[in-house]
Amino acid sequence: MTQLQPKPTKFDWLTLMLYYVFVLAGLLCIYASVYKETNPMIYDNSMNYGKQLVWIGISFFVGLMILLVDEKFFYAFAYGLYGIGIVMLLSVFALGTEIKGSSSWIRVGGIQFQPAEIAKFATALALSKYLSGYNIQFKERKTQMICAAMILLPMVIILFQNETGSALVFVAFALVLYREGLPGWLLLVGIALGVLSVLALLVKPLYIIIGLVVLAGAFLLMVRRTMLLIYLTVGIIAFASAYVSSVDYVFENVLQAHQKSRINVLLGKEVDMKGAGYNVQQSKIAIGSGGLLGKGFLEGTQNKFRFVPEQSTDFIFCTIGEEYGFAGSFLFIVLYMLLLWRLLFMAERQRYKFNRIYGYSVVSILFFHFTINVGMTLGLMPVIGIPLPYFSYGGSALLSFTVLLFIFIRLDANRMNELTSGAD
Amino acid sequence: MDNKIRQKILFIAFCLVALVYVIRLMQLQIVDDSYFRSAQENVLQEQTIYPARGLIYDRNGELLVYNDAVYDLSVIPIEVKTLDTALFCKVLGISPEQFRYKFEKLKRQKGYAPYKKCIFDRQISIPVYAAFQEHLYDFRGFYVDVRTDRKYAHSNAAHIMGYISEVTDRDIENSNGYYQMGDFKGMSGVERSYEKELGGIKGIKYILVDSKARTQGRYKNGEYDTPSVSGKNINLSLDYKLQALGEELMQNKIGSVVAIEPATGEILAMVSTPSYDPNLFVGRDRGKHYMELLLDPAKPLFNRTIAAPYPPGSIFKILMALTGQQEHVLTPATTYGCSRGYLFVGCHAHGSPLPLRGGIAVSCNSYFCQVYRSVVNNPAYKLREDAYKSFRKHITSFGLGSKLGVDLYGEGSGLVPTSEYYDKIYGRYRWQALTTISLGIGQGELGITPLQMANATAAVANRGYYITPHIVKKIDSKLNPNPDFNKKHWSTIDTSYFQVVIDGMQDVVEHGTAYIAKIPGIEICGKTGTAQNPHGKDHSIFFAFAPKNKPKIAIAVVVENAGFGATYAAPIASLMMEEYLNKKHDTRKALYERMIKANLTHKNTNDSAATKTH
Repeated sequence: MTQLQPKPTKFDWLTLMLYYVFVLAGLLCIYASVYKETNPMIYDNSMNYGKQLVWIGISFFVGLMILLVDEKFFYAFAYGLYGIGIVMLLSVFALGTEIKGSSSWIRVGGIQFQPAEIAKFATALALSKYLSGYNIQFKERKTQMICAAMILLPMVIILFQNETGSALVFVAFALVLYREGLPGWLLLVGIALGVLSVLALLVKPLYIIIGLVVLAGAFLLMVRRTMLLIYLTVGIIAFASAYVSSVDYVFENVLQAHQKSRINVLLGKEVDMKGAGYNVQQSKIAIGSGGLLGKGFLEGTQNKFRFVPEQSTDFIFCTIGEEYGFAGSFLFIVLYMLLLWRLLFMAERQRYKFNRIYGYSVVSILFFHFTINVGMTLGLMPVIGIPLPYFSYGGSALLSFTVLLFIFIRLDANRMNELTSGAD
Repeated sequence: MDNKIRQKILFIAFCLVALVYVIRLMQLQIVDDSYFRSAQENVLQEQTIYPARGLIYDRNGELLVYNDAVYDLSVIPIEVKTLDTALFCKVLGISPEQFRYKFEKLKRQKGYAPYKKCIFDRQISIPVYAAFQEHLYDFRGFYVDVRTDRKYAHSNAAHIMGYISEVTDRDIENSNGYYQMGDFKGMSGVERSYEKELGGIKGIKYILVDSKARTQGRYKNGEYDTPSVSGKNINLSLDYKLQALGEELMQNKIGSVVAIEPATGEILAMVSTPSYDPNLFVGRDRGKHYMELLLDPAKPLFNRTIAAPYPPGSIFKILMALTGQQEHVLTPATTYGCSRGYLFVGCHAHGSPLPLRGGIAVSCNSYFCQVYRSVVNNPAYKLREDAYKSFRKHITSFGLGSKLGVDLYGEGSGLVPTSEYYDKIYGRYRWQALTTISLGIGQGELGITPLQMANATAAVANRGYYITPHIVKKIDSKLNPNPDFNKKHWSTIDTSYFQVVIDGMQDVVEHGTAYIAKIPGIEICGKTGTAQNPHGKDHSIFFAFAPKNKPKIAIAVVVENAGFGATYAAPIASLMMEEYLNKKHDTRKALYERMIKANLTHKNTNDSAATKTH
C-alpha cells in the first residue's frame, strides 16, 4: 500500500515554531556570548556564531528532509541505526580525537562530531521498535532485561570514553519505561538511592546507618509488627547500609579526581575558586547580576568579558540570565515547559506504540538535558558538561537534537493517515 | 487510564523542577543583590594614574632633579602558555637558569597568584626594552610598564635632595589607604619634607577588564575617573655652584659646610662629607648600593650638617662677648691679662693684657674664661644657677640647644646644658663658674650642629636676629611659601652690643688667627675654632660672614680632626665666600689646590683597618 505524503498542515506547528524560536534565540545568545566590540561581524567562519549559523542551515535542511521521508523508514531502520550507532561509538576507540579531556569525538574532514549524539536517537528508535513489537509485554522479565541491555550498552561505551554527561542522559529512558509500565516504586527506589548517595557523600556512612536504624526502630514500634514486616524492614536497612558504604567506597576509589572535585564543589564540601567552583560561582554571578529585566542584548559584562568559562556551550543559560534577567529566564522556562507539555500531549495521541514510545524518549531526553544543564548554571546540579538543547553552541549536538525532534514530528504527522487509511 | 495518570505524573514532575528553578532564579536575580556587586568587581578595575613628581631646581634655576622613564617587566603567569624560553632569555640577556630562578622566586613571593600581574624584572635597560617591544607578541603574558624614577643632573647635594623609595607596610597603614604596595615616596631630604608638594595626587581611572584582565574600555566614558595632579616644582635656595665647590673642597675630609643668606635665612650651601652620588639610589641596584652606604663606617648617609653636634670651640667666644655685655659684666674696654692660660685652661702666646676687640682677634682663652666667670658668678644674681640660667637664655636665643626647624628631615637639637643638668652631676648649689669654666671657650658639654653655627653667624651678621634657615625658596614659582620662614627671631642681646664684636671678628680675618681667609676687597668677619674632642685630633672650625656691613653670606665650616681652625676650615670658608660674592674661586690657586688635595681620611681608614685586625 502506498503511503501519501502528509499535508503540511498535519505537522505540529506549535512544536515547529518552538523549535525555530529556540534555535534563533540560541543563536542570539551565542552571538552575545562571543561578541567582541572590535569584531561585530555576524558572519565569520572562524567564530562560533558563524559556524553555528552554518550548522543551523544544515539542521534546517536535514529537518526538512526528515519531514519528507516516509515514516516507515524510521521503523524499518531502527535496529540498523542502533547498530550503526554502536559501531560508531566503538570506532571512537580506534579513530577518536581527544577534545577537552574527552575522547568521544570523531573527526571527519574539518567536521568533528560525537557518536554519542547519534546513539541517543538511535537508542530511542530501537527501544521504541522493540517495545512496540508484536507480542512483547513489558511485564515480562525477559523484555525488561533486553530493554535494560539496549539502554546500558551505549551508556557503558560512552562512560568508557570519559563522557559522563552524555552517558547519564541514557538514565532519562527510565521515564519512558515508567510510562510503558515500569512500576512506580522502582523509580522511587531509584530516587531514594540518589538521595542516599548524596547523603553518603555529605555525611559519614556510619551516621547514616545509625540514623536509618533509629528510623526503622521507630517505624516498627509504631505499627503492628508482623514477622514479614520485621524481615522486610531489616532487609531494607541492611541493603541501604551496604549501598551507602559502597557509594562511599566508589567515590573514594573509583571516581577520578576532577569528578570528585565537581561533586564536592556541588555539595559545598569544597571551595575551589579556580576549578569547577569557579565556573559555578561565575555562572551564578552572571545570572544573578541580570536582575529583574536584565542588562540588555550585548550589554552583559560577564558574558562579553569571558568571566564564565564555556559560556557559549554548556553555560549558555548565563547569557539569558544576565542579558534578559528574571523576565527572560522565566519566559525561557515557560516556553521549555510548553514544548515538553506539547510533546507529551503528542506522544499520548499516537495510535502506534512505536510512535508513542519514541515521543516519550524525546520528551525524557530533552527534560533530562534541561534539568541538568540549567540546574548546573544555577548551582543546583553538579557541573556535568551536557548542552542545553537548541541553545548551546555545538554543531553535531544541534543536528542530533534536530533529528531527534523532527523524526517525532514526522511520525506525528501521520496520525491522521492512519485513521483515514485504516489499519493495515 | 493508568497510562494517562502516568503522563500527568511526569508532567507534574517537570513542572516541579521548573518551579524549583524559577524560585532559584528569583533568589539569585531579585532577592540577593550580592551577585550584582560581584559582577561589578569582576569587570571594574581601578587603575592608578601616577602623577609626575615635581622637579627640583636650585636658586638660579639650575635643574637638579628630574624624572626619567623606567621600564618594569611584569608578567601574568597564567597567560604565559607558549614561551620560547631560549629567545626570551636571549632578548633579556639572562641564562635559562636565571630565568627559572626568577620564576621560582616569583612564585614564592607573598601574595602570588597566577592570574595577578607581578613584576618579573625591575628597570630593564632601554636597549632591552626596545628589543623586547619587537617580540612582545611572542612573549604572551609579559608586559612592559612605564614608571618614572628620579634622575639627578649632578652628583651633588645628595643629603639635601634625599631619595625616594618604595613605601613600607607602615607607610601604607598610616596613609589612610592613599599609598599602595609599590608606590614610591620621599624617604629623606627635601624629597621627604616636601613629599606633599612634590608627590602630587594620584588619580584613578576605572576601566573594564575581561576575565584575563585585558582592558576592554573605559567605565561610563570616564565619568567616575579622577585625574591625577602633578607634583609642584620646587626651587631650592641652594646655589648649585657654591654647593659643588663646597663638596669639591671638602672631598676626602669628614665634616660640614653650611652657608646661609643672613637676611632671608635661605641656605645657600649645605655640604656633609663623606657624601655619595644620589644616582646610586636610582636603578636596579639601588638596594645593593643602599646597603653598602648604610654599612660604610664613615656613615655617608648621615647628614652631619643638621644632625652632628660638635663642641664649637673658640667661635663660641663671640657669643660670650655678646652675653657678657648684655649682662653688664663686660664692656669693650674691659681688659684681662693672659699668662698663657687661665687656671687649667691653656692659651697660646699673644700680647697681654687685651681689651675685648683684641681678645677676639687673638682668641684669648683666659679672656673668655674670665668673661664666663663674671657672667656666671655675677653678683647681680643671688644664685649662681639664676646667673647661669640667664647665660643659657642668651645663648639659646641664637638658636642653639634646640631644633631650629629647618625643612629637612633628621635635624638634631644639639646641647646647651641646663642648670639642672649640672645639678645632677655636681649637686645643687655645688657648682659655679669655675666648675664649668670650659663652656666659656666653647668646650665641655656643648654640642652645636653646623647648621646652628651658621645660623648663629647669621644672627651676628644681622646684628641680633635670625630667620629660621630653610632650603626651599619657591614652590611652583611662589616665593617664600612658608610664612614661618619670614619671621625674625630676635636674640636677647641688644643690637648696640654687636658692633665691637663684629669689629673684633673683622680683626680676626684682617690680622688675627684667620688672616689666611682674607680676600682683598671684601670685609670678612670671622672666628676660628679649634675644638678638642674625644675622637682624636682637634676639629678645625670657622664661621664667618661677609661683607661686614651688608652681609650676603654667613658660613660655618667644620672639618673633623683636622687641627687648627685656620688650617682647613678658614680657607674653605674663604674660598666659598669668594665664589659666592665674586663668582670666582681661582684667584688663590695654591690655597685652592692645597684644599682639594688634602686627604684627611687616610689616617682614619688606617685606624679602622687596624681595629679590624685586633
